Amino acid sequence: MTSPLEQKKIKIAGPSVVTANRTWDGIVVYRTAAMSWSADLSEAAIVRNSDEAKALLAESVADDVGAIGPYIAPVQVGADGKIEPGNLREQIRRTGVTIGQPVQV
Amino acid sequence: MYAYDEIDRTLVNERVSEFRDQVKRRLSGELTEDEFKILRLQNGVYLQLHAYMFRVAIPYGTLASNQLRALAHVARKYDRGYGHFTTRQNIQFNWIKLAELPDALADLAEVGIHAMQTSGNNMRNVTSDQWAGVAPGEIEDPRIWSELIRQHTTLHPEFSFLPRKFKIAITASDHDRAAIKIHDIGLRLIKNEKGETGFEVLVGGGLGRTPFIAKTIKHFVHGRDILSYIEAILRVYNQYGRRDNIYKARIKILVHELGIEKFSREVEEEWQHIRNSSLQIDDEVIEDIRSRFAYPSYEKLPHMPDQLRQAAADPDFEAWRKNSVAPHKVQGYSIVTISLKPIGAPPGDATAEQMDALADLADKYSFGEIRVGHEQNLALPHVAQRDLPALWKALDKLGLATPNVNLITDIIACPGLDYCSLANARSIPIAQELTRRFANHELANLIGRLHINISGCINACGHHHVGHIGILGVEKNGEEVYQITIGGRADESAALGNLIGPGVKFDEVADVVEDIVEAYLALRERPEELFMDTVKRLGVEPFKERVYATR
Ligand code: HEM
Ligand code: SF4
Repeated sequence: MTSPLEQKKIKIAGPSVVTANRTWDGIVVYRTAAMSWSADLSEAAIVRNSDEAKALLAESVADDVGAIGPYIAPVQVGADGKIEPGNLREQIRRTGVTIGQPVQV
Repeated sequence: MYAYDEIDRTLVNERVSEFRDQVKRRLSGELTEDEFKILRLQNGVYLQLHAYMFRVAIPYGTLASNQLRALAHVARKYDRGYGHFTTRQNIQFNWIKLAELPDALADLAEVGIHAMQTSGNNMRNVTSDQWAGVAPGEIEDPRIWSELIRQHTTLHPEFSFLPRKFKIAITASDHDRAAIKIHDIGLRLIKNEKGETGFEVLVGGGLGRTPFIAKTIKHFVHGRDILSYIEAILRVYNQYGRRDNIYKARIKILVHELGIEKFSREVEEEWQHIRNSSLQIDDEVIEDIRSRFAYPSYEKLPHMPDQLRQAAADPDFEAWRKNSVAPHKVQGYSIVTISLKPIGAPPGDATAEQMDALADLADKYSFGEIRVGHEQNLALPHVAQRDLPALWKALDKLGLATPNVNLITDIIACPGLDYCSLANARSIPIAQELTRRFANHELANLIGRLHINISGCINACGHHHVGHIGILGVEKNGEEVYQITIGGRADESAALGNLIGPGVKFDEVADVVEDIVEAYLALRERPEELFMDTVKRLGVEPFKERVYATR
C-alpha cells in the first residue's frame, strides 16, 4: 500500500470516504454526512468524484479537535449498499491487525 | 544499575506536567494538531494505523526490575496488555489513548523512565551493547560514555532541532552488538598505546531509503575530547545538512556528498576551535558517572558448578543453554539472553504478565537487572551458573525459553502494515510463518547462525539491509510484494545485502527463504561455514538460480 500520508493530489478512481483517527483516543473514524465522525464505516459519507472528495476532506480537516490526519480512502460499495474498505491497509484499519495479539481483547 | 540524580528526576517530572498541560490544551482545541505534533513527538507519541503509539526510552538498554514492572503496569492499565521491544532499545505501546498518556508518563516518571529522545529531529537515545559492563574482554563499560553523551545532549538546543533525527551507538567489545556501523555516529571504545581511553569515531551510517555503512572519520579521539568532537560533527552537519529535503537530510547523505576526506577536514577544523573549551571533560565528571553505575556484589563461585553438570543431561536444557547462555566477565556467572521470538509469535512482543514475572526472576537471579538488545530480545546480565537450571524452568513456563537465539527463527521485524501508518506491506505475519517453517530445533541448529530481518517499507526499521537474509515489503499495483537480499550483516564487518532478483508475493516469501536455506545447506563447504560466509564465497548467483529456476 502506498501510504496515503503521501497523498498529494486529490484524484479518486471510485467511491471513497474520508477517514482519520479520533483525537482523544486515536481510534479509526470515518466522516459522516452529518459532519461528524463515526467509528462505523457503514455511516461514512461516500464521495464519488474529486470535487466531492475535496469538499469532504476540507470540511474534515477543519474539525481538527475531533480527529487528526484525515485523508481520502477508497471503498467498495456493494449492490446492497454495504460499504467495504477498498484496500488491505484500510481493511486492517477497520478490522484490526491480521495477526493474533499476545493478549486477546 | 545507574542512579539518577535530582536534576534528572526534576527534569522528568517537569516534562510530565508540561505534557499534561499540552494534552489538555490539545483536547480542548486550544492547540491544533499542527501545533501539538512537535510537542507529542518530543514525548514519544506517534500516530499509527489504529491508535496512538507511545515509545519509551530504555537508555543504553539497562532496566531495573521495578522499571520493568512499571512498563508492565502501563501495558496493563493503559494499553492492551503487551508491549513491543524495538531495535533501538525502546519499548512501544500500540494502543494508547492520548487522554491517558499524561498519566502513563507520570507512572513511568516515578521509576525514572521517560520518552525523551525517542522521536523527532533530535539526538535520539544513545544505544549501547546490551552486554555492557558484563562482557568478558570489554575495555570499559560503554554506558558511562553513553550516559555522558545523554546528559550533554538531552534538551541541548543545538541537538534538539537538527535537520533530521540523529542516532549514536557505542560499543566497547571486539564483537559489535550495538550495530555501530549503521548509526549516524558510531563509537568504538579503545585504548591507545599509552593505555588511555578513547574512541574510534565512525560517521554516516544508516539504512532507510539510501543505506550506508559508517566510515571511520578519526582513529582515536581521547575520551576527554569526545563531547567536543561530537559537537564538531554536529556543527558541520547543522551547517551543511539538507533541511530542504527530508530524504537527503540525514548525515549519511552529507558525508556521501562531501566525501569522507572533506567531511573530516571540516570537522577537524571546527574541532580545533572548540576542543579546549568547556566541552573538555574533567576526569571527575567521568568518575562521578562511573560511581553511579552500581555493580552487584558478585560471590566467589566455581566455574561449572554441579547443578550445571547435572542439568546437562537434559537435552532440552542443553539446547537452550547453548544458544542463550554466554560467558560473563566474572567466573561462575553467565549472561542469559531471553528470546522474545517464540515460534509463531510477533518478534519482540512481551505481555505484562511476562514482564512482571521476568522482573521477579531478575530480582531472584540477576541482582534486579534486565537488559534490552537491538535484536528485540532481553537479557539477564548477572546469573550465577548454579541457578541456570532453575531459571530455565521458570522461563520455560513463561514461554520465554525458546532455544533460538541467533538462529533462523530469531527474526528482527518491524511492525509493518499491521500497525504502522507508513507501511507498504506486512512484516509480522511473514516472520510468524518463517518461524513455523523452521520450528524444528534440529533443523535450525543445523543451519546455524542466520539472521533474518524484515521491514514493511523502505524506512528500514527492521534493518533488512543488514540481515543475512533481508526482506523488504513494497507495494506493486495494490499488492504486497517482497524484495529479498542476502549477504548483509550488522556487526563489526557490517555490509549491505544484495538483491537476489525480482520481488515475490506474500504467500511465496517463506518458500523462497526455504529455497535459499536449502541452497546454502547444499553449497556450504563444511558445517561450520556460516550462511553469510557461503554467500561471501559464492556471491548471489547460485542462490538466485535456485530461487528463480522454478518460478
Ligand atoms: C511504528 C511506528 C514507527 C514509525 C512511524 C517509524 C518511522 C521511521 C522512519 C520514518 C524512519 C526513517 C528515518 C530516516 O531515514 O530518516 C525510521 C527509521 C528507523 N526505525 Fe522506525 N518507525 C517505527 C517503528 C519502529 C520500530 C518498531 C522499530 C524497531 C523494531 C524502529 C526502528 C527504527 C530504526 C532502527 C531506524 C533506523 C534505520 C536507519 O538507520 O535509517 N522503528 N523509522
Ligand atoms: S520500516 Fe516502515 S513499515 Fe516498518 S515500522 Fe518502519 S516505517 Fe513502519
